[in-house]
Amino acid sequence: MQFSGRRKKLIGNFQNDLYDQCLQFYGQPPLENISLTEFETFAVERLKLLKTVENVGVSCVKNSEQYTKKLDAEISSLNFPHRGGISEYEKRRKDHISHFILRLAYCQTEDLRRWFIQQEMDLFRYRFNCLHSKHKTDFLHKNNLKYETVSAEEKKNLKDKLIASSYGLSGTKVEEHDVYKVPFQDALDLVRTRKVYLLAGNAYIPHHEIVTIVLNDFRTRLSKALAMTARSLPAVQSDERLQPLLSHLSHAYVGQDYSIQKNIGKISLEQIDALSGKSFPLCMRHLHKALRENHHLRHGGRMQYGLFLKGIGLTLEQALQFWRSEFVKGKVDADKFDKAYAYSVRHMFGKEGKRTDYTPYSCMKVILSNPPSQGDYHGCPFRHSDPELLKQKLQNYKVSPSGINQVCPTTSTHLTRFSTVCVKGFLKLNLVEDAGFSLNHPNQYFTESQKFLSGGRDIKKEVDMSQRSQENPASVTHPSQANSKQAHEEMGDLDSFFQDE
Amino acid sequence: MPTSDYDPACLPDLLPLYYRRLFPFSQYYRWLSYGGVSKNYFQNREFSFTLKDDIYVRYQSFTTQNELEKEMQKMVPYKVDIGAVYSHRPSQHNAVKSGTFQALEKELVFDIDMTDYDDVRRCCSAADICSKCWTLMIIAIRILDRALREDFGFHHLLWVYSGRRGVHCWVCDDAARKLSVAARSAVAEYLSLVKGGEETLRKVVLSDPIHPFINHSLSVVERYFQQYAIVEQDILCSKESVDKVLALLPEDIKKDLTIYYQDEKNPMKRWDRLCALVEHKKSSIKKGGQYFDKEIMLQYCYPRLDVNVSKGVNHLLKSPFSVHPKTGRISVPIDLKELNTFDPFEVPTISLICEELERPRADEAEEDDVKDKENEQEAGERRRIRDYKRTSLAKYVKVFDRFLEAMARSWKGEMLKKSDLQKDF
Repeated sequence: MQFSGRRKKLIGNFQNDLYDQCLQFYGQPPLENISLTEFETFAVERLKLLKTVENVGVSCVKNSEQYTKKLDAEISSLNFPHRGGISEYEKRRKDHISHFILRLAYCQTEDLRRWFIQQEMDLFRYRFNCLHSKHKTDFLHKNNLKYETVSAEEKKNLKDKLIASSYGLSGTKVEEHDVYKVPFQDALDLVRTRKVYLLAGNAYIPHHEIVTIVLNDFRTRLSKALAMTARSLPAVQSDERLQPLLSHLSHAYVGQDYSIQKNIGKISLEQIDALSGKSFPLCMRHLHKALRENHHLRHGGRMQYGLFLKGIGLTLEQALQFWRSEFVKGKVDADKFDKAYAYSVRHMFGKEGKRTDYTPYSCMKVILSNPPSQGDYHGCPFRHSDPELLKQKLQNYKVSPSGINQVCPTTSTHLTRFSTVCVKGFLKLNLVEDAGFSLNHPNQYFTESQKFLSGGRDIKKEVDMSQRSQENPASVTHPSQANSKQAHEEMGDLDSFFQDE
Repeated sequence: MPTSDYDPACLPDLLPLYYRRLFPFSQYYRWLSYGGVSKNYFQNREFSFTLKDDIYVRYQSFTTQNELEKEMQKMVPYKVDIGAVYSHRPSQHNAVKSGTFQALEKELVFDIDMTDYDDVRRCCSAADICSKCWTLMIIAIRILDRALREDFGFHHLLWVYSGRRGVHCWVCDDAARKLSVAARSAVAEYLSLVKGGEETLRKVVLSDPIHPFINHSLSVVERYFQQYAIVEQDILCSKESVDKVLALLPEDIKKDLTIYYQDEKNPMKRWDRLCALVEHKKSSIKKGGQYFDKEIMLQYCYPRLDVNVSKGVNHLLKSPFSVHPKTGRISVPIDLKELNTFDPFEVPTISLICEELERPRADEAEEDDVKDKENEQEAGERRRIRDYKRTSLAKYVKVFDRFLEAMARSWKGEMLKKSDLQKDF
């Protein structure tokens, strides 16, 4: 009677209990069985989400309206738990499982771990901040975070001291909102900068700052977990079903692949020189310049540049004409070209052999695979050029020292930051503060640049537009007086950096 | 005379005597064992010795108090440093697989060195100290001791005179010993207010709101400032030192004071005028507070600590009861209750205490003979305990004893907790 009633209640509640919170710390791995399809789908979708988190974090101010809108949209469209809706069970389950799958893919190297932790932290911070104040406290309690709230009386006694220690804290805020007591070891960033009140080894954290503390905790836990996962990875990797997917995931580019060109035939060969100065990322500019100068490119360079050109809209016939005309100026006669090199161009377009229509390389692929050696011009200059050589090159292009420092990565630059550095060049050239995109793909650079220069108009009218943009960047998205002036000073030098000499 | 004319050349003769009969080994061992709460805590502790002719040896470790004594008596180190508690016995670190030998715990330490104040003290420079600038150490100890206890909740602090020009603080709480590098550095940063090197003129900048820690520190500094800085250091007397102070002030106040100081020569009145002008400026400007007078006081008096000493878990620091080879003074614990009367020039030197040892004490002689016959080893220890008691070292060992007693109470609590968990009754 009562007994069976209770049992039923328990079963009913089990599902609810497991995912009763919108947000979680991912402390316990999922225990159920899932299909391989679900495994793959979940993983890819979470990866897309994390990439969005990264992109949005680079292109918008965190927690701004724009940031929130974009991230909200992506979370919804990918079916991840949103703002604590009622029927969120499936979404939360996906959230849980996909996190753990990605741990497997991203635990292997220091770089991957760092990237994964950064994006998961940003995502967590965003979702935590979306929670209602009451839910925040619930979350802390449910997760055994030993953050006691300070009693009203103690708050009253310490009010003046609290106000004098914490940024943005007023008397009313102290009275109305919770203040948490946290061991000082858990609030080191606030202690180090003396931005918190300390008493008897405890830091008194106002409500709006608690997320920083929670994030530290999250990062520590995730970091430890990843280290442990890495140790048990060999066992997982020996499963043949999973191994290919996992290695694919950690190098995955999940944006547009530019395999289906929207602008086939819209570029004429005469335009390429001008375009290379205005809209090519540095790697492709180098390749183009090397090709023009040496009338030759080795295989790696032909692949990287050739596929890029395909991506921007060159037809097979145009490509053949382009490469032949250049190679013939060098040591290769027309016959030899048709015999040896034409084949590989057709191959690129999927007209030979396996008939695979190769896709243009993403930045990740350019950076990670096939590093250039002596006599090669492919790769990513921000990754593969000797830093001193890169600086020298930029100096030769008369880039100002401060411009160089901004554009040259440091030796410890993380993998994905090379793309960010490349974008800086775009920013300088076009006098914008915000590129409006985070770079993942050379063709993306081209498309965005074209879009920008033409004010969103068609590529065909590019040549006219490129003239106009030099006189007056009226189509700049976020101009501001002070910024344009400062950028203008540097622009003078950097401009030549992007021009053809 | 306290120093009894210490001569560094005598060290090779004095040190063996010191280590045989005066060094308080049993208290020292008791300290570093921390009540035996953690296994192998003493055995895994690194010591380093500086031997004659500046030979430096690291990764010394010992399994028992006896072994420590025998080794020190054999090697006769000129200097002894204490390092971290490692994952394995330091003396065997080469036998351990690379990467697994790690520093695990160590006391949180602070080193206040008088040379770091050379830009603001006029009485001495470099390795010299005098009674005038010693006040800086008193201020440092008061400020840091309060903060470490009240803000950070630490209880077991051992303050030690380094023997020449500074003081060290050993924070021995369990929680302190377990702190990570990041935590140690955060604590040191929290306690740092004077920032900048040679090129920075204004080394302290305050803005609203003033953190309670700064207010506490200011109230200590204010207690000593007038007597120390205005009177003894005379910072507002000569043109050179006045200029240094004026360099820290905004133009309008500087101008006013330059004119005022042409007539007014009394340093106290000069300081009062300075404060009055700052106060006036503060009330007339709407935005934020201007705390130039407080900044000056802090720049001249606030403790300057070396973050790098405090940061590292494996950092080696001079051991208490070590001898300072240049001055001969023993690194003695400081009794904070008597801080105002502590005189670094009264701290005994090794030559003094060795001499005091040799002085015959007729009344004790008979008693000793009887007791000694009972048990040789015990007799040795007893003799040694009696030995330091006959010297000026005695009162400092007492300070150490009290410190140990306070800690021992916390160890007892830990052991009880542990045995409860293991259900040992």
